Amino acid sequence: MADYSYVREDMLPEREPPVSEVGIIGWLRENLFSGWFNSILTILSLMFIYMILAAIVPWLWTPTWGAGSLSECREIIADLGKQHGGACYGVITERWQQLLFGFYPDELRWRPILTFLGLFVALGPVLFSDVFPRKVLWFTGAYLFLAPWLMWGGAIWTPLLVAAGPALGYLAYRFLYGVIGNLGAVIVAVLVPILFWLFLVGPISSGLFSVIPLGLEVVESRLFGGFMLSVWIGVVAIAISLVLGVVLALGRQSDLLIVKYLSVGFIEFIRGVPLITLLFVASTLLNIFMPPGTNFDIILRVMIMATLFASAYIAEVVRGGLAALPRGQYEAADALGLDYWKAQRLIILPQALKISIPGIVSTFIGLFKDTTLVSIIGLLDPIGLTGSIRADANWNGIVWELYGFIALLFFLSCFAMSRYSMWLEKKLRKDHH
Amino acid sequence: MSTLELEPSVDTSKMQISDEVAIQIADMNKWFGTFHVLRDIDLTVYRGERIVICGPSGSGKSTLIRCINRLEEHQAGKIVVDGTELNSDLKNVDKVRSEVGMVFQHFNLFPHLTVLENCTLAPIWVRKVPRKEAVERAMHFLEKVKIPEQANKYPGQLSGGQQQRVAIARSLCMMPRIMLFDEPTSALDPEMIKEVLDTMIELAEEGMTMLCVTHEMGFAQAVANRVIFMADGQIVEQNEPKEFFNNPKSERTQQFLSQIIGH
Ligand SMILES: Nc1ncnc2c1ncn2[C@@H]1O[C@H](COP(=O)(O)OP(=O)(O)OP(=O)(O)O)[C@@H](O)[C@H]1O
Ligand SMILES: [Mg+2]
Repeated sequence: MADYSYVREDMLPEREPPVSEVGIIGWLRENLFSGWFNSILTILSLMFIYMILAAIVPWLWTPTWGAGSLSECREIIADLGKQHGGACYGVITERWQQLLFGFYPDELRWRPILTFLGLFVALGPVLFSDVFPRKVLWFTGAYLFLAPWLMWGGAIWTPLLVAAGPALGYLAYRFLYGVIGNLGAVIVAVLVPILFWLFLVGPISSGLFSVIPLGLEVVESRLFGGFMLSVWIGVVAIAISLVLGVVLALGRQSDLLIVKYLSVGFIEFIRGVPLITLLFVASTLLNIFMPPGTNFDIILRVMIMATLFASAYIAEVVRGGLAALPRGQYEAADALGLDYWKAQRLIILPQALKISIPGIVSTFIGLFKDTTLVSIIGLLDPIGLTGSIRADANWNGIVWELYGFIALLFFLSCFAMSRYSMWLEKKLRKDHH
Repeated sequence: MSTLELEPSVDTSKMQISDEVAIQIADMNKWFGTFHVLRDIDLTVYRGERIVICGPSGSGKSTLIRCINRLEEHQAGKIVVDGTELNSDLKNVDKVRSEVGMVFQHFNLFPHLTVLENCTLAPIWVRKVPRKEAVERAMHFLEKVKIPEQANKYPGQLSGGQQQRVAIARSLCMMPRIMLFDEPTSALDPEMIKEVLDTMIELAEEGMTMLCVTHEMGFAQAVANRVIFMADGQIVEQNEPKEFFNNPKSERTQQFLSQIIGH
């Protein structure tokens, strides 16, 4: 046995690292004051930030929430002795409900609020699939049809009949599959619900309503407005454009030449024209193409245009994701006997969409902000409302407070989307490696 | 060339070749554009055969076995797999693909699914096997390729050799009657080659019909009942391994063999 002169019996306790290496001071030294050049930069930046804040904060920090007009605000500010003026928040106190809901009737506002809250429940199982039970997906499905009904009101029969459309399409498919083959059956299955919605839902619903008058009070589209309108158009367009965009991206890669060129033509055309022209088409031209007698709701028309617009961009983003997948993935799926749709759904799209998340979310954020363009065709989204608010004698001349409030609403929504996409990317990366 | 240290013994008791035809290729030709990649291929594979295909790079080996499950389409001649002719009828193609397993050089596992999900996916969605049974089957084959403990990992977390064994298990879960291998070991480090070859030997011992593109001549000698040599899109020579290696007939074969063995 070896003979050791010294064997340690107790471990030394761990000692705290020296103060200068940790904590705030350590962090400051390491990140902001490491060397004279960095120190000078830090000090200059701090001075710059101070100057900006010194100009803005006093302006922001103004107790004008109770003012009833711009001149009242000015008096309050003058009394405070501020030289550079201050914000006039009275306009927001007075008009925030209008900026949020437009002219949606006061006593019915629980409906958009309920729709908005329902949105989160409906999105839950889609966005946070591991927290929400899958059963909630049934609610998501029902929500698609209930949300428009809550917003616009009318007979309960309308959403039920609309929901019956896809079922009819499916029946038509099953029935015709054996008779006219797959492609024909698919075309009919798509046409049947559309025709049913356009021509039959209205009459049948009002017929049923005259027998069993169940429903909500109707709110007309011209009363829709404010941030509610932006969210309403944005959410619908985002949801549908994702589906349509994926279909277009697959169409663009298809071996069927007709499908391919239709997809390419659609994508290139839509991407080649400004959204505002599409919105003008929606507001004026579209009615010309519709069968006489059908009065096609202006908000629906705008939603369709915004959806088509976004779907062309989504299609290109998703195509990038598809192209990034190695060919071996397709071959392995083929070799295992998966057919085209199963291979797409189980193997290709989950990977391609994962790659495309940043691009998809950017497109959504862009689309959501672009909904403000509807103000140009006369819809009263927040921007559209600013016109009438600023024309009000009380608030004539107000700018920053109003647009700042609207900007804040949009910023919060877009920032949330951006954070969600980062979270999702991180989660998927962790899951897979 | 890497050589395989021969297994002490390959159990040949179940390696029986029946006179039932598994694959029949007759007068098959294929072009890539104007490039005539496969010329007048005639090949009959009987059930239980273990065929090794070798030949210089670009000779069309991969293309040939990819034609057998129609990852590539042939333009002339006939390919019949298990009694089903491969033609433009997609039902036939699907039928053949669900009978024929394929293992790729680069594994081609699905990176967004766990090992277990990789193995259960096709049985559940193509064969409509109940999930529980599919999981049992997957675990059975993962045990067979000796990595049951990796079932819940993602492919990206495994070594190359382990990934290739998962790929083999994934194919086996479809209960194929024929297995195709396209250079299954050429993307692997030497120490991992053996674990994959061992798995393949075990498969052969159970009587699986196998077509294998490989340059592992040790494997060919130990397991194959027939070695096929291809050059310039043609089958130049085929023979049982002993004859093939000791007594190559054509000059082209001699040249090829001296290149890969002679050092
Ligand atoms: N999709 C394709 N389009 C055009 N030419 C191709 C295609 N795939 C393969 N080829 C060509 O066909 C020939 C045969 O290719 P193949 O992959 O079958 O060769 P191989 O014998 O497997 O070679 P290696 O040992 O390098 O894998 C090569 O010249 C190759 O360049
Ligand atoms: Mg090859």
